[in-house]
Amino acid sequence: MFEILGLLGQGFLVVFEPQNLLLIIGGCTLGLFIGAMPGLGSVNGVAILLPLTFLVPPTGAIIFLAAIYYGAMYGGAISSIMLGIPGASTAVATTFDGRPLAKQGMADKALIGAAVASFVGGSISVVLFTFFAPPLAHVALVFGAPEEFALMMLAFATFVGLGGDDIFKTLFSICIGLVLSAVGFDIISGEPRLVLWDITGFLHGVNFLVLAIGIYGIGEMLWTVEEHALGGGKSMLSDATVTVARTIAALRELVKTWKAIVMGSFLGYFVGILPAAGATPGSLMAYGIAKQISKEPEKFGEGAIEGVCAPEAANNAASTGSMLPMLTLGIPGSPTTAILLGGMVIWGLEPGPRLFVDHSEFVWGLIASLYAANLFTLIINVAFIPVFIKVLKTPFTILAPVIFVLCLIGGYAPTQDIHDVWLMIVFGITGYLMRKLDYPLAPAVLAIVLGPLAEPAMRQSLIISEGSFMIFFERVYAGPIMIAALILLFLPLFKIIYDRLRKPRPQAE
Amino acid sequence: MTVRTAELLMAIMMGAFSIYLMVKSTELAIGWIDEEGPGGGTWPFWLSTIMLISCGGILINWFLKKGPVATSNKVYIEKHVLGDVAAVAGSLIITVGLFSFIGIYGALPLFLTFYIRFMGKHSWPLTVTLAVLIPVVIFYFFEITLKIILPKGITEPLFLPLYKLFF
Repeated sequence: MFEILGLLGQGFLVVFEPQNLLLIIGGCTLGLFIGAMPGLGSVNGVAILLPLTFLVPPTGAIIFLAAIYYGAMYGGAISSIMLGIPGASTAVATTFDGRPLAKQGMADKALIGAAVASFVGGSISVVLFTFFAPPLAHVALVFGAPEEFALMMLAFATFVGLGGDDIFKTLFSICIGLVLSAVGFDIISGEPRLVLWDITGFLHGVNFLVLAIGIYGIGEMLWTVEEHALGGGKSMLSDATVTVARTIAALRELVKTWKAIVMGSFLGYFVGILPAAGATPGSLMAYGIAKQISKEPEKFGEGAIEGVCAPEAANNAASTGSMLPMLTLGIPGSPTTAILLGGMVIWGLEPGPRLFVDHSEFVWGLIASLYAANLFTLIINVAFIPVFIKVLKTPFTILAPVIFVLCLIGGYAPTQDIHDVWLMIVFGITGYLMRKLDYPLAPAVLAIVLGPLAEPAMRQSLIISEGSFMIFFERVYAGPIMIAALILLFLPLFKIIYDRLRKPRPQAE
Repeated sequence: MTVRTAELLMAIMMGAFSIYLMVKSTELAIGWIDEEGPGGGTWPFWLSTIMLISCGGILINWFLKKGPVATSNKVYIEKHVLGDVAAVAGSLIITVGLFSFIGIYGALPLFLTFYIRFMGKHSWPLTVTLAVLIPVVIFYFFEITLKIILPKGITEPLFLPLYKLFF
């Protein structure tokens, strides 16, 4: 306990270095902008901006990116409320009641509610994080290759079992990510492997950033171009009157929503830990439960402030929650943390439980930065609400080319090979076409990051066991994890059988 | 083209790609090697097999008309949308193609001008300002600060005096 507080204190020393403090404030502001822009969320921001962080040391870089992650979670609410368009999928639930409130001329109340709820959600989850993470990392220290592999199986299995997308498409997405990560050289024998069409550019492998920027930069922007063409580019910006007196009145009213906020925070945190779930389902679940526990459930959808607070608390809490498995086990809890994990590999840090021992300054600096980022984002958000509303008026046709330019350079920077830029364009266009057919793409990004860790873990395990897969089931930790993974993997199948048993004759569609 | 047709084509294309990956994986050993464990091709081979099986599953759902995508008769990409998306995708491809010839500092202003002026219909002063300003910022940030040299093509000699100035 005291040891943890001491380490946290050291973390704050890192955070209060002027450069890091500037990075947090810059990251929060940038994150708020990114989150507020319709179509862009934390994952897009982190993917596109990661190449910019080569400038600063790893601790500064991750602090900056985590601040963007945080800011974007706050910012998503702004366009949900003001435009009725979620700034990111994580803010979908915020539109349900945020938009009606804005239409009734109470946009400021909704915005302040969202900001305060985000702050509480962030604070509760970061405290939970501080005290959960070290013991978990300590347990994980004894993990060997079989446990690591079992954990990764569990991460992938949650996508199949809980992701809610088409099972075959999810499986396809996971496997293509893993195969792409195998391109380049075989790590054990050193032979060139999967040099596709014998193009030499594939010899240095497929960088995860190329896939991430392709999908979350190029692909996402093409998707947004389409949305704009469909919507005719019309803007439906609500008006917001922001005065000090109204703000204080709004804050007073928030007191009665504490139940919804606290519930959302805890729910979001624990849902966020699961790799497939994350902030979007977390906030939707929080909305549902807030409606159930409310005394006036009929107000939901008509402009209930709890309907804004609960999902906003949950999505911020989930973003912190998703960092727990990333830092302690080396398994990201969301696409955004998958990209952060990939960044850690680039910066020369080996993800996994050893991180807490070997790079304690890095880990605690990051944790402390979450406290700081949370506070700064609240202040920046509330103070500059009118500015962020103006930002929403930035024409898409100016923002889009700037983002495309950043993507092109970002794809080139890590390897400095034009081959990768081409590959990124291919991934972007293919990703856009696949997304239109409901292929989930987040599993592919997670897989390309985890692939280089999963394959050696599996091969080493099999070398230890001389080829027997039983090694994954016989060990104290690996066994239960692997069984949980298998259950999740076959969950959709169980569901089908269960439905068949309940309905003796399945109706043909 | 309807969504249903697109679903079929995508599944067939991805299935073919899976087969290609399986064949490509067999360039390395895919079986057990004594004293070494599984061969280098094992991991990608079996994963590509799962990809192929998944594509098979998608095709079966397609034939059985199961799921929202396989039964959707909506247009895959609307005509008026296709124009915009194709213009953006096409301009990106041309821009990257130009990187090797006229360099990033030749291609980016062209791309920005095209997008801001012709797609966005913004004024010329704004277009020119951004088309000049953004590449300058990129030069300072990437080349000077991060020391990442971006492709310049035939414009390389123009940058030699600048390099002398900064490095």
